[in-house]
Amino acid sequence: MRLIGAGLLLLLPLMAVSLGVGAARIDLGAVLTDPWATLVMTESRLPRTLAVVLTGAALAVAGVVLQALVRNRFVGPETTGTAESAALGLLAITILAPTAPIWIKMGAAAISAMAGTAIFIWIIRRLPPREVMLVPVAGIVLSGVISAVVTFVGWQTDMLQYVGTWLMTGEFSGVIAGRYELLWIAAAAAVLAWFAADRFAILGLGDSVATGLGLSPKAVLRMGLAVVSVVTAMTITTVGMIPFVGLVVPNIVARLMGDDLRASLPVVAIWGAALLMACDLIGRLVIFPYEIPVGTVLGVLGAGIFLWLLYRRPARATA
Amino acid sequence: MIEISGVNYSIGGAQILRDISASLPKGKLTALIGPNGAGKSTLLRLIGRLEPLQSGRISLDGMDIRQTPTEALALKMAILGQQTHIVSRLRLRELVRFGRWPHHRGRPCACDHTAVEEALDAFELQPLATRFLDEVSGGQAQRAHLAMTFAQCTDWLLLDEPLNNLDMAHSRALMARLAEMVAGTGKSVVTVVHEVNYAAAWADHIVALKDGAIMAQGAPDEVLTEACLSALYDTPVTIANHNGRPLVLHHA
Repeated sequence: MRLIGAGLLLLLPLMAVSLGVGAARIDLGAVLTDPWATLVMTESRLPRTLAVVLTGAALAVAGVVLQALVRNRFVGPETTGTAESAALGLLAITILAPTAPIWIKMGAAAISAMAGTAIFIWIIRRLPPREVMLVPVAGIVLSGVISAVVTFVGWQTDMLQYVGTWLMTGEFSGVIAGRYELLWIAAAAAVLAWFAADRFAILGLGDSVATGLGLSPKAVLRMGLAVVSVVTAMTITTVGMIPFVGLVVPNIVARLMGDDLRASLPVVAIWGAALLMACDLIGRLVIFPYEIPVGTVLGVLGAGIFLWLLYRRPARATA
Repeated sequence: MIEISGVNYSIGGAQILRDISASLPKGKLTALIGPNGAGKSTLLRLIGRLEPLQSGRISLDGMDIRQTPTEALALKMAILGQQTHIVSRLRLRELVRFGRWPHHRGRPCACDHTAVEEALDAFELQPLATRFLDEVSGGQAQRAHLAMTFAQCTDWLLLDEPLNNLDMAHSRALMARLAEMVAGTGKSVVTVVHEVNYAAAWADHIVALKDGAIMAQGAPDEVLTEACLSALYDTPVTIANHNGRPLVLHHA
């Protein structure tokens, strides 16, 4: 509970700052009366702030779920081929049915992301279980292979620009009202994950324990894959690839709180949102009024945090 | 009663179990003994539906384990597998709580909390209850997994080498507790035991497996004979008697 409170104490002021910062100067006091200020707020500032919060929370939760499914802490949706698979699905549907409605395209991206992640899990279940570092390596190799296919197809069909917006460093500068709402679906998937939190925690103890307790490991695995895939697909199509949130935040929270996911998922969500919000603000402020993509800021900051995590001793348990 | 009939099991061409038929009595402590690789754990895992049955039939109190929904089986039998290297960062109390999952499926009530605390008490885990699993010793982790299995409160307990990592005092305490449960509450226990004297001291029924087949089964006095055990382990043993129970001697 303390961690939820601390996270909110960090997140809410950051959101307030985010509403106040932007290239357009508006009088925050006059948002309700000045039509120009209202427009900036409802069309740009608020959607952007919400987009960042939803993305950060959903990606962090997806990271926890993925790490429980593969029983390895060194993976995130961006290192297991999930994002690249989503991009492949999106590319395929864009080529095959360019006029398909948006929900069909999103569905294609999510299904393809699920297939790619399933391939990843199928591969790593065959690795020697003690070699924990082989899992992220396998993920990086698989991401590379799928990414190569995406790039090749994109190049052949003259669609590399699209591919770039999905798989290059993610950023939120393009978010306006009407262009981010898919992220609510990602958030809904994260909420679903919270309802199934015990199931994921039990699956994290091994297939045998799950079966012994009357769960079907396959069904839980499918549910987890659906959550991770939907979150990843919605994120990369809306704002692009956001690294490290799904990797670093779950690790920090697991160090502090352990793997009782029902208790830790809300904390993970809040801290994921806070981290991404902070990085987005840094990106918006360092060369104001221009911007650095949030993915770049995260790349620098996330790598630092991850190194610190690797070398820091685990926290002792406290009640 | 657990009825096993005509069970064969193979992994990649290697026959692990061949034509196993046995019935494990209800309300008794049954020990599965035999040398390494005899198929004891595989048989236990098949009964506990942790591995798919390839041929034959296993039923538990009349319920075919292939046809009965896995949630229903989880209320009838709890299975403790051998410890793996999977280390989830759960506090011991949180781990034991998951033993109640088959009963509440996400909505624990007061009785679930009571059962968890009782299980923690039974295995002397209260002082460690808020420690993480990756911060306790192997024996303490083993006791936590045992407590989770106990908290499931099922008629049948299937234990795969529950004495692993336990010291002499805790091993003895566990066997005594199992025997007491069987005698007092009519529960049934099936356990794989490596140290044959634990079976000799506490078991009501013994099944001896060798090379994937049943070599002998019955009461301890019938199975724990010099001829049978010497052949089972390919090691000469002497059987003595201690307080009315067989005692297997194999020291040089």
